[in-house]
Amino acid sequence: MLKAFYYLLVRDLRLAFRSRHELANPLIFFVLVVTLFPLAVAPSEDLLRVMAPGVIWVSALLSVLLSLDRLFKQDYEDGSLDQLMLSPNPLVILVLAKVSAHWLLTGLPLVLIAPLLGLFMYVPDEALGVLVLSLLLGTPVLSLVGAIGVSLTVAVNRGGVLLSLIILPLYIPVLIFGANAVDVASDGLSVRGQMLFLGAMLALALSLAPLATAVALRITASR
Amino acid sequence: MQRFSSPKHFFEMSAKLIPWFAVSALLLGVYGFYMGLFVAPTDYQQGESYRIIFVHVPAAWMSLFIYVVMAISAAIGLIWQIRLADTIAAASAPIGAWFTFLALVTGSLWGKPMWGTYWVWDARLTSELILLFLYFGYMALQSAIEDQRTADKASGLLAIVGVVNIPIIHYSVEWWNTLHQGATVAKFDKPSMHIDMLIPLLVLAVAAKLFYATMVLVRARNEVLYRDRNRRWVRELIEKL
Repeated sequence: MLKAFYYLLVRDLRLAFRSRHELANPLIFFVLVVTLFPLAVAPSEDLLRVMAPGVIWVSALLSVLLSLDRLFKQDYEDGSLDQLMLSPNPLVILVLAKVSAHWLLTGLPLVLIAPLLGLFMYVPDEALGVLVLSLLLGTPVLSLVGAIGVSLTVAVNRGGVLLSLIILPLYIPVLIFGANAVDVASDGLSVRGQMLFLGAMLALALSLAPLATAVALRITASR
Repeated sequence: MQRFSSPKHFFEMSAKLIPWFAVSALLLGVYGFYMGLFVAPTDYQQGESYRIIFVHVPAAWMSLFIYVVMAISAAIGLIWQIRLADTIAAASAPIGAWFTFLALVTGSLWGKPMWGTYWVWDARLTSELILLFLYFGYMALQSAIEDQRTADKASGLLAIVGVVNIPIIHYSVEWWNTLHQGATVAKFDKPSMHIDMLIPLLVLAVAAKLFYATMVLVRARNEVLYRDRNRRWVRELIEKL
């Protein structure tokens, strides 16, 4: 079981590294969207500092959303998804491996580049750590919950907008606590509560979302 | 159970039930609106405009109630493979979305004279709006998948995921609101309700439930006929006409 998890993880990572340009796309998108805000609003420091947590979090959210397609689309099209479902290993573990690979390829880079964007948006130095930590706890939830949505829509033609429609409402709690943590940290207050909430949501998503994803994949495959 | 949930049996049973639900919804509705709009006393703070709660509050209650009904029947459909339950879930979604929309519209119409603005990012308004989006997502997924069985199962799972998320969304929105806004909107302390206002409100809440029962049966009947359009019992029914 653990072996299956490991092999699938390595497979997905290897496949992703074979097409490196695709790997960078969500990251560039993330930086690009954040860059749009100073251009659209005004490059004033006070304004950007107020908006920073929300802008960075919303951009991260959209970036994960756009990259979700990668999670199952290719496997669905070339038939390896069916093979995975036929394998004797529990589907939940395989789903977990795929989601982990997805997070390592999209979520983690976002976390790592976030401090740079924090500087762009004049986030105070003492809040940069909180920004990184909140993204570190929040982005896995985005990948896990997103996996449910992708597995439901992977067989739908042009499912992109549909996917956003069904997934974005479910992302709201993560957005609220993530952005709020950074906001509060900028004022120099304690963010313990927000972090605990993000951690709780991660625990909940980690235990329930793969189950729902497995059921969803079976539904999709049954047609 | 199998016989009870067969489409044909449902079609016959619902024909008998609909008049009862419809008539009692109408009677209670007329009584409730008469009591609420003409008999109930004027509010000492809000004047006559408070009377919109007789539409708003039942609609808001129904919006959540219908989502839960939808998720439960979707779960029944998924677990026991009962198609009728899926049909009920699918038939409920548009009604629930309309109730949610109605709650939002009446809320903002009430908000204009009371708060001086149509829209406030109040915790309840916001979670109601998100609920509307959840309904939209369900309906979009339902209509995007061509195969009916798959569409039912997929959107059913989404409804279940949604119902798990509703409390989380609700409380995080409440938290967000208290953290961000605090006292920008001074909400009146709700005076405990006068009994003459409470009774019409409760009557109307029951009327709204009966109205929903009527509508969901009507919609589900249509849906059952459409889905079974190639089955023998539907053909026989048509030939009889």
